[in-house]
Amino acid sequence: MIRLEHIYKTYPTRAGDRVVLKDISFDLERGEKLGILGRNGAGKSTLVRLVSGAERPTFGQVTRTMTVSWPLAFGGAFQNTLTGLDNVRFISRIYKQRARDNIDFVYEFTELGAYLREPVRNYSSGMRARLAFAISMIIEFDCYLIDEITAVGDAKFYEKCETELFGKRHDRAMLIISHDLDYVKKHCQRFAVLHEGRLSFYPEFDQAHDVHLRNLHIGEG
Amino acid sequence: MAQSNVMSKISLIGHSAGVQWRVIHALLMREILTRYGRHNIGFLWLFVEPMLFTTGVTTIWTLTKAVHGSNLPIVAFALTGYSAVLLWRNMPSRCIGAIEPNLSLMFHRNVRVIDIFLARLMLEAGGATISFVTLAIFYIYIGWLNPPQDMLTIVAGWLLIAWFGASLAVFLGALAEKTELVDKIWHPLSYLAFPLSGAGFTVDALPPEAQKYILLVPMVNGVELVREGYFGAEFHAHYDIAYMVGCCATFTLLALAQVAVANREITPE
Repeated sequence: MIRLEHIYKTYPTRAGDRVVLKDISFDLERGEKLGILGRNGAGKSTLVRLVSGAERPTFGQVTRTMTVSWPLAFGGAFQNTLTGLDNVRFISRIYKQRARDNIDFVYEFTELGAYLREPVRNYSSGMRARLAFAISMIIEFDCYLIDEITAVGDAKFYEKCETELFGKRHDRAMLIISHDLDYVKKHCQRFAVLHEGRLSFYPEFDQAHDVHLRNLHIGEG
Repeated sequence: MAQSNVMSKISLIGHSAGVQWRVIHALLMREILTRYGRHNIGFLWLFVEPMLFTTGVTTIWTLTKAVHGSNLPIVAFALTGYSAVLLWRNMPSRCIGAIEPNLSLMFHRNVRVIDIFLARLMLEAGGATISFVTLAIFYIYIGWLNPPQDMLTIVAGWLLIAWFGASLAVFLGALAEKTELVDKIWHPLSYLAFPLSGAGFTVDALPPEAQKYILLVPMVNGVELVREGYFGAEFHAHYDIAYMVGCCATFTLLALAQVAVANREITPE
């Protein structure tokens, strides 16, 4: 289980402190899939980073009794001057895995072939996305954090990702953020909308969807 | 009950130490590959570069018959002095601005600010030490240098300088996250500190009035200790080890406090 208790997060800005998250509390149980909707800049990615433990809340407590992934399909953790394989080795070392097994998997899954021995700098954005996704699949977690994953690669690769994530790992907990509302609807059982720092929960997608749409058009009269 | 509590604490600490070592090792390998790549001599540059520096300085000082106020052999004088400079100066230089390019790694929960610093410190201290030892052996072999008198004293002095450099490096590195002034000020400061660091003079050659003040510069004490170990009785060393340890401990505390602040405020991107 992951438990958030009264989480606040503020960031200093030139105009003073900005409160991004206000008093957020919820539990995510094993196997549960929660989708979070919200406008750009609502604080969705901040929330994911707090859950992952990469960042600390200004106030409040995050408790994890299951292993939690880093935000998935996130490609930024690459060192551009290193090769794809170097990056696989790096992640393997951090998470105490045998690099050799992981390299085999990455070769097979990404179909990048000889490019894996090239610096990531020379990859197209599609190739990067493939490598990023494959690397996120080499470590097994109880809970996966998925931050806007849908923009990944072509249709065939998309299918492979779906199988890997929602087929093979259907029993895991997930926290999904996406602007692709159908994607969230398809994969989650519980929904929440993040708006002005507060998180509201809805048992049905349609309710969350309505609130989200209303939030998107606030100020348009 | 109490005993099992202690045992579980110990195993917890052991586990954490394992994780930390794993992360530092991964960062170390990554750092070596990014910095030196796989072309030409690759990671050998780690100590070939400081060796070139030291050799250059040694040559210049020998040719110009640098006045250092004693009759010590210039090669040994330059080697001990300049190697020490590289040791305390390179660590802060590499730690300032170390977090920024590694911010994306912070997405991995186990990678912490301190790990990034420690990996770089090990690399820098390792490079400076290998360079010092290799050059010393080489110079001794070709007859430019007599073997050192007291190895343990050299090691003690060297470790003190390394401690000073490391604590300063972590403190400045973490502080540099808050303000870019650190980066701007470090360059002139380290440059100006060089002539004051004890590399280019012996304390004994200074007037007694000046000796009192120059020993307030922490690394001077370390350099004097290294030279005492190297030259033995023919060298009259001046140092205050308690003072230097005090300086290092103070910087270590400041450094850890500043790392705690950085940990709290960091936003991975």
